[in-house]
Amino acid sequence: MPHDGHDHVSPSGHPYRPDQDAPLTHWQVMEIAVRELLVEKGIATAEEIQAQIDSMDRRSPALGAKVVARAWSDEDFKARLLADGSAACREMGIEVDALKLIVVENTEDVHNLVVCTLCSCYPRNVLGLPPDWYKQRAYRTRAVREPRTVLKEFGVELPGTTALRVHDSTADMRYLVLPKRPDGAEGWSEEQLAEIVSRDSMIGVAVPQI
Amino acid sequence: MGGLIDVMPGPPVDRDEHDYALWEKRVDALMVLASAKGYFTVDGLRRALEDMGEESFETMTYYERWIASVTQNLIESGAFTIEELRAQMEQVQARGDTYGEASLDSGKEQADA
Amino acid sequence: MPEPAPNFLPPYWDADAAKPAFSMGKKVRVKSGAPPGHVRTPWYVRGRTGVVERVCGHFHDPQELAYGRGDGPKLPLYRVRFALADIWGAEAGFAETDTIDIEIYESWLEPFWDYGGDFDAQAARLEKELG
Repeated sequence: MPHDGHDHVSPSGHPYRPDQDAPLTHWQVMEIAVRELLVEKGIATAEEIQAQIDSMDRRSPALGAKVVARAWSDEDFKARLLADGSAACREMGIEVDALKLIVVENTEDVHNLVVCTLCSCYPRNVLGLPPDWYKQRAYRTRAVREPRTVLKEFGVELPGTTALRVHDSTADMRYLVLPKRPDGAEGWSEEQLAEIVSRDSMIGVAVPQI
Repeated sequence: MGGLIDVMPGPPVDRDEHDYALWEKRVDALMVLASAKGYFTVDGLRRALEDMGEESFETMTYYERWIASVTQNLIESGAFTIEELRAQMEQVQARGDTYGEASLDSGKEQADA
Repeated sequence: MPEPAPNFLPPYWDADAAKPAFSMGKKVRVKSGAPPGHVRTPWYVRGRTGVVERVCGHFHDPQELAYGRGDGPKLPLYRVRFALADIWGAEAGFAETDTIDIEIYESWLEPFWDYGGDFDAQAARLEKELG
């Protein structure tokens, strides 16, 4: 079938994924070649690579939201989470692998904001892959240079009396913000609470709303 | 190095998001596996990313920079040679003009999708 | 500077590695300089003074790991808290309570000697005391 850039359907009858159909790039050629060499040399199997992709696909902010909802509902769990984030996640059956998680708590007086100025360090085991903006230079520079302005652009207006704590993930730890539980959610179940916890609120660029 | 060279207030953060393409997810998986198997560390990944210089942010996407860094680290750790990579890339390129054609097993995954 | 976080036992502690030289709440200064290579200390805090927020534990030196050398001694890793106004200047408009926490390896930290802001006066006093 000629490739004219419109409505391609694969032999299986499914549409091609966008990246399958666009002109092949130099970097895609490199990815394919490296992957094939690793398989050929027995360094990794095709199944392992696929399994890794599947396991990444299973991770989403819903995991982080469950952790937050548990901390909102259980003071003892919250204390353990703040003392050792990875151990507390493991306790909930979340695969943390080598993730070294530090959880920082937003309160009436303190708001935490997470950034990685060096690259894109992010607690992906509990939030999934980082969004594009997290890795952008605009966010990475401005979150340390003018964090209150960035927060305002994301819709978070911090009173001057609230202390702002920025966390730059420069080394071995990864950071998750425990947002402040909003008023009006008294008596909610953990499942209900988890639904109002967005990915962005666990980085500190949003606050849970009812 | 030590991160951003120019920390000046910049333009607003562009909050458009996209789902990662299959090839990008594969790059991510290659990084995770190669580091888990001891071929290099996240520090090596970051070092090669920094060595690409600031202008690579303008000319390459995130996972393009990653595959360049992963490949650099794998060559350094002896996973394969530059000549092996060159020959393999030539072979891949010759298979077709799209990712679907060049990546041998993507036909199967499309059928499964 | 705000109060440091409550006491915290580092989960990534290695009993065989060197004991951390700094404890929680201690004032430290980040070393200056711009050596080549993979340096994990952000340039914007080099030469700045902060307070140890917590000791994270022991980790291999990323400056070595980055080049495939991972068998050196582990270093204590700290989270150090800096006032954003100290880093970006008073004109940047930060509140005194606005801070940034950054992980810094011990090799990049030195003790902070408080000269009361006046090195010459301190030196004169010392000279007098020492006779």
